Amino acid sequence: MEAIAPLIAASINAGTPLMLAALGLLINEKSGVVNLGAEGMMLVAAVIGFAVAVNTDSVAVGFVAGAAAGMLMAAFFSLLTVWLGTNQYATGLALSLFGGGASAYIGINYVGRSLENPKFAVPLLSDIPFIGTALFRQHPMVYLSLLLCGGIIWFLYRSRAGLVLRAVGESPSSAHALGYSVRRIRLAALLFGGACCGLAGAFLSLVYTPLWVEGMVAGRGWIALALTTFATWRPARVLIGAYLFGGVTIMTFHAQGLGVSIDSQLLSMLPYLATIVVLVLISTNANWIKLNMPASLGKNFNPN
Amino acid sequence: MLKMEKRPSPSVAMSWLSPVFAVLLTVICGAILFVALGKNPVTGLSVFLLEPIKDLQGWSEVGVKVAPLLLIAVGLSICFRSNVFNIGAEGQLVVGAIAGGAAGLYFDQGEGGGALMIAVVLLAGMAGGMAWASITAFLRDRFNANEILVSLMLVYVAQLLLSLLVHGPLRDPEGFNFPQSRMLSEGFLLPIILDQTRLHFGIVMALLASSLGWVFLSRSFAGYRLQVGGMAPAAARYAGFSSRKALWTSMLLCGALAGLAGTAEVLGPIGQLTPTVSPGYGFAAIIVAYVGRLHPIGVVFSSFIMALFYIGGELSQSRLGMPNAITGVFQGILLFSLLACDVLIHYKLSWRK
Repeated sequence: MEAIAPLIAASINAGTPLMLAALGLLINEKSGVVNLGAEGMMLVAAVIGFAVAVNTDSVAVGFVAGAAAGMLMAAFFSLLTVWLGTNQYATGLALSLFGGGASAYIGINYVGRSLENPKFAVPLLSDIPFIGTALFRQHPMVYLSLLLCGGIIWFLYRSRAGLVLRAVGESPSSAHALGYSVRRIRLAALLFGGACCGLAGAFLSLVYTPLWVEGMVAGRGWIALALTTFATWRPARVLIGAYLFGGVTIMTFHAQGLGVSIDSQLLSMLPYLATIVVLVLISTNANWIKLNMPASLGKNFNPN
Repeated sequence: MLKMEKRPSPSVAMSWLSPVFAVLLTVICGAILFVALGKNPVTGLSVFLLEPIKDLQGWSEVGVKVAPLLLIAVGLSICFRSNVFNIGAEGQLVVGAIAGGAAGLYFDQGEGGGALMIAVVLLAGMAGGMAWASITAFLRDRFNANEILVSLMLVYVAQLLLSLLVHGPLRDPEGFNFPQSRMLSEGFLLPIILDQTRLHFGIVMALLASSLGWVFLSRSFAGYRLQVGGMAPAAARYAGFSSRKALWTSMLLCGALAGLAGTAEVLGPIGQLTPTVSPGYGFAAIIVAYVGRLHPIGVVFSSFIMALFYIGGELSQSRLGMPNAITGVFQGILLFSLLACDVLIHYKLSWRK
């Protein structure tokens, strides 16, 4: 039993960047905007966060820089899609392609450098057998991401602003008629999403692997996008989904250690295959998706 | 303040000019980028954009890159026109390369080959690409699974599959344990069409594909049905045009072309299977397709520009000591510029207080 605790801890650690990014994307999509640029935003945030942390010797400053980088890219994305009305899918794709190139470019001098990976433990709680090892020896960002999830649930379903946000995603023209600025609300949602994706990218390069390698996000941005569908746009299900995917990722690392003789490449395929399987399972029920999907998702709104 | 006014009807002139503006804007952004990096923008841009085409050797190298980009972009144009967002052409390319490469290695025992054999190998590659694309088509058709995400996930799976095979079953037994297959022999390589260069038969296939793609889209009823389904799904349903058929046709065509591109890379410039058969041609071709206006002839020009960026990136790496990733930055900027310039098709800019 005690042997499972580190695996649970590792799964939560691996699931955290997915959750952070997926929560941000969820807020985007609740406002009616789908941002396929998540992968690119995470890559740029990962390299910026890492570079800043190396130069300032502070992981916290690295996180702030990562979030800022994500927001900057999201601001650019908003300018194009929300104000200029460009196709959301194509623009997001461009952001991902650009982010891939730009991050490789920025990171060229940081390849092979590494950060110290300090150990964290919540006092007292971490000494509880099993539960302590499984839950209370995580990076503070892990607990912050849980708080974020709770905050988002409260925001979306208990606050007036959350109601407005959802209204914008369901029917931008009605929200506009009521006097809400659809563009500004979407901008705010996108900036928030960018910050979340930035934190997710920075988590990868500061906590998860503590180093920078080109393309290190390795599709997690896309998996996070799939997670929002998987969760049928509900934050609590994002949390469950992210930790499940974290578990799948960790299984691939430990399978060989547990004596399963499968090629490492086949194991590495698992998270991607799992994403496809989950997408298929969820999508089978078209009504389920239609019922929960923000009605204006992917459609631009022009108030003029 | 700068105001956007909706035009009564989309501007035809702008839809032609917008790609030109986009390229100019990219060049300007490129110049700013070079200045920001402390390089002379004129030298930077001339190495990036002019150096690659200053002699026949350079042109032929650009042609080597045009071949895969153009093949894939023709397929993607057909996909996007029928509203099928196949983003995973890179995966279809990789599996095509695996299938074609494996077939080539199987038949190639150091001798033989020739035109017929190469055709068989190319067909195997196309079949590989189609098979990979059909997974996405099937999951979309049967389960309504989002094709963007499925096709993308399959890119990562395809790359891992290639890595698995060149580390294992397809590895060259005499290759000192390097993860690569043995080299294909002369009779299995695509013929060189320009002496003293690397320009191979792939460019001919690519140009042929773009002509056939044009005929298909603008002169055939099947192509017409496909596009109606993309532009006006309700009208297509009313007319009895099947959206399932459009999905399958466009995905399989795109998969076949991407597979062909992958195999042509293996039988052309690479000559063997290696862990990376493509520097992201499948993704770059998305930009090529958009900049070429999803038009099979338009993409000939945009694939040329994109190929220029690849060679320009390599040259600025060796001449100016810039990292090769600058190519990706330029590619991204080009697509952003195009999307932004396309606003001018539907809107007019004017100053108003």
